[in-house]
Amino acid sequence: MTTTDTSTESPDGITTEITPLEDEAELVTSRSSSGRRAIDIVVRSIVPIVLALIVAALILLALGKNPLQFYGAIIENGLVGQNWENSLVMMTPLLLVAIGLIVVFRGQLWNLGYDGQFLLGGVVVAGLAPQLIAATSPGIAYLVLTLAAIAVAAAWTIIPAWLKAFFGTNEIITTIVMSTIGVGLTNILIEYVFQNPAVRTPQSRAIDPGDMLPYIPGTQVPIGLIVALLVAVIFQFVLSRTSFGLRLDVFGSSAKAARHVGINSRTMTIVLFLISGGLIGLAASMDIFGQWGYMRTNWNPSYGNAIMPFVFLARLSPVGAIPFIAFYSVFATGGTIAAQESGVSVDFLQIVVALILVFMTVTEYVGTKRDLGQSYLPDELKDAMRKPLNALTGRMRK
Amino acid sequence: MSASPTLAPAAGVISLSGITKAFPGVIANDDISLDILNGQVHCLLGENGAGKSTLISILAGMQFPDSGSIAIDGVPVTIGSPKAAMKFGIGVVHQHSTLVPSLTVLENLMLGEGGLMLKEKRAASRLEELSGLLGASIDPNILASDLALGQQQQVEIAKAMWTGSRLLILDEPTSMLTPSAIESLGESMSRLKAEGLGIVFITHKLREAYTMGDCVTVLRGGRKVGELTPERMKSLTEAEAQAEILRAMFGDDLAAAGSIESAAELAGATEAAPEASRVDVTGRPVRLQVAGVTSVGKSMDVSVTDISFSIHEGEIFGIAGIDGHGQAGLAEVLSGQRAIASGTISLEGADITRLGVRSRQEKGVRYVTDDRLHEGTVGNLSVAINLLLKRIGMAPFWRFGQINKTAVNDEAKRLITQYTIRTPSPSTRVGTLSGGNIQKVLLARELGHGARVVVVNKPTYGLDLKSVRLVHDLLRAFAADGGCVVLISTELDELIELSDRIGVISRGSIVGTVQNDGGPDVAERVGHYMIGGRAHDND
Ligand SMILES: Nc1ncnc2c1ncn2[C@@H]1O[C@H](COP(=O)(O)OP(=O)(O)OP(=O)(O)O)[C@@H](O)[C@H]1O
Ligand SMILES: [Mg+2]
Repeated sequence: MTTTDTSTESPDGITTEITPLEDEAELVTSRSSSGRRAIDIVVRSIVPIVLALIVAALILLALGKNPLQFYGAIIENGLVGQNWENSLVMMTPLLLVAIGLIVVFRGQLWNLGYDGQFLLGGVVVAGLAPQLIAATSPGIAYLVLTLAAIAVAAAWTIIPAWLKAFFGTNEIITTIVMSTIGVGLTNILIEYVFQNPAVRTPQSRAIDPGDMLPYIPGTQVPIGLIVALLVAVIFQFVLSRTSFGLRLDVFGSSAKAARHVGINSRTMTIVLFLISGGLIGLAASMDIFGQWGYMRTNWNPSYGNAIMPFVFLARLSPVGAIPFIAFYSVFATGGTIAAQESGVSVDFLQIVVALILVFMTVTEYVGTKRDLGQSYLPDELKDAMRKPLNALTGRMRK
Repeated sequence: MSASPTLAPAAGVISLSGITKAFPGVIANDDISLDILNGQVHCLLGENGAGKSTLISILAGMQFPDSGSIAIDGVPVTIGSPKAAMKFGIGVVHQHSTLVPSLTVLENLMLGEGGLMLKEKRAASRLEELSGLLGASIDPNILASDLALGQQQQVEIAKAMWTGSRLLILDEPTSMLTPSAIESLGESMSRLKAEGLGIVFITHKLREAYTMGDCVTVLRGGRKVGELTPERMKSLTEAEAQAEILRAMFGDDLAAAGSIESAAELAGATEAAPEASRVDVTGRPVRLQVAGVTSVGKSMDVSVTDISFSIHEGEIFGIAGIDGHGQAGLAEVLSGQRAIASGTISLEGADITRLGVRSRQEKGVRYVTDDRLHEGTVGNLSVAINLLLKRIGMAPFWRFGQINKTAVNDEAKRLITQYTIRTPSPSTRVGTLSGGNIQKVLLARELGHGARVVVVNKPTYGLDLKSVRLVHDLLRAFAADGGCVVLISTELDELIELSDRIGVISRGSIVGTVQNDGGPDVAERVGHYMIGGRAHDND
């Protein structure tokens, strides 16, 4: 950078001549900006988790528990020995639900009806699998019922999607309403249609343990995990390298630009909702076939709520979500047992998730301010600090 | 704050010293120092990407400089946020609208006002007063998103005049105003100046700089390369001042381009006149025919009623009018973005009324929108992708739906060179380019590769003089090759220079058409229709 102010200053501080420059200003400075940005993204994604864990530790201390012991127990129960397999089993539906949310969120559409979609997809599998397996074979049942779960969960998004596409109705409200209906409908279906006659409690017949999804060779993890990882890779490719992914990004960035480019926003809205619902249905099928084998009323794992912060921390990238979901799976698997052992409510895990959300917001705010080169402190606070300072320096100048 | 706006105007000076601001790949401001005095209109000039808006955003608290300092009345200050700027009495009209689209005009004006109660009455009377000054009537209860960009600009000016109690910064405020609105803006500026306000005024039109400005600072490549003091400004004639400014702005490039004569031409100092060698196109086949088209739309800017015209091969059809009178509606109807209630549109004899944006695009109908920031580009996508935004999925850039990065980059590089788009690289996010360079991205995207009809809405707004010239040449060459242009503009000079015929749009209808026969009275006839006449020469 050369400083070239060749103009001569006149007494009033104003130059008197136009002074053309000889050399063109250097337009491009070499800088490893992309590398720095990558580091920045990693830092921004991890800092909130670290901060949340620290604050959670403080809360535990306040409750009179030993946080180190608690976190130790989480690692112990979530990773050590064969426990990592439990974490991976849990990861399967979480990752699929996460991708289902990523797809719509990228289009700035908010499908918050994941619970209803998941349970309806699940009840179709749990309710029909025992008979279908008996009538045909497990393989056919996996295929047919997975497709059915996908279809049912996707169908459950159609009303919100249609209302959004044609009337602009707020999809946050409609998906939540549909979700509530879906949860209720699931309970009714279990109790009145799929009830296991052999037991008194309201629950469906269970799939024979031998007919559940096979394990990945050498492990006790059902192959649903492979499906989930494959889906993540496929969607990563679709979103980042195909014309559909680009159209989706344009659509998500600006409705005006989308219209200008000729993207049909109605079709796009409906397609995105269907994909989202479909993936959540797939998650349900893999979860029932892989882990539970049956459903009872009022069961709601709420996977969507649990992974919500992580899809944003992963910046809506399917493959980027994998480590975050893996982290949460270990945390939740180990944490449930750790909480029971140390006498903390299991809801404490939800608090940690909420803390991550809070710190994520703070980190984003600070990061954006820094990108703009603005200071992090609110103006009021700075004024309060500056005033005495200014008074001081002012006096000194006199 | 120790600096209060009640200080005597004589002491009033805002000094920037050694302001430097770098972005990845570009130094936007390089050690810039200048003093802004109260009671003066300080013009900031420079080509696209010179760093004007960056300097403004530092003053407005939107960006923070890497180094350098700002002092108000000799007291060093930090302007850490837009709110802080407001507290210092700095009002800003940014180059691109910052109005909140989902709020009404009135609510937008009240935004940022302190206090819990929104002072609706005061805002309304203020708007009335200001719109009187600007010579525009804007319904205060309309949504900001329903305003045309020119109207938004007027609301922004009103808003800035309100907050700017000591310094008013206007970043290209005249780019979308009609001549009469510019005139009344000039009057408001001199009144505010007389009241002791400092004004920073950015424009690409040297004539405005000369008539409205007291002193001039010229930036180039982020550096301050010249200055005209008030005394010097007074001692120069308009032509001399322009020559000096142009030499500083473009340096050697200008010398390479030709003599000072062409500089005067660049500056628009010569009378606007149609090309002498204009050929008669009336005998040629009709390319675009619009018959009785009425659009579906709720605000005036997007409504057109019973519009009919036809354009021949190689013809440039100008559309004159006050911004917000259906220009956007007409453009959108032609590009296929807006549904029509009745009427037909045909391209080379084939009915295209029912075709959507993409099919029309493939048939060669192109549209350069005036909303380059929100509609024309996607700010967080790269320059390269934005250059190909209308060709997503097409070979050779996408194969089997998969992007071919090499092909995309090669095409982007070609367009960047051809249109002299100033960007650190094709992968730079388009939203970080300077306003003029974003405009060039739009033009580069729409004008090439098999265009048959281009609809351009204010194609040169925000462009520096050289780029305006480039665009005019491009449009002319496009027409000379047999292309059709629908040229929508608020600048009469531009319309007269380029068009074969000029239609005047008012309240969504074409109220008259004037043959641009080179006669001395063309401007007058167009102006006549604009103010509501419906007399003779309809053709
Ligand atoms: N937020 C940003 N990030 C990266 N680069 C930026 C950013 N803002 C501006 N720039 C770069 O800084 C340079 C100066 O831009 P600026 O907007 O100040 O130009 P300008 O003089 O206002 O031009 P115009 O007349 O076209 O509006 C440009 O090269 C632009 O690409
Ligand atoms: Mg600018």
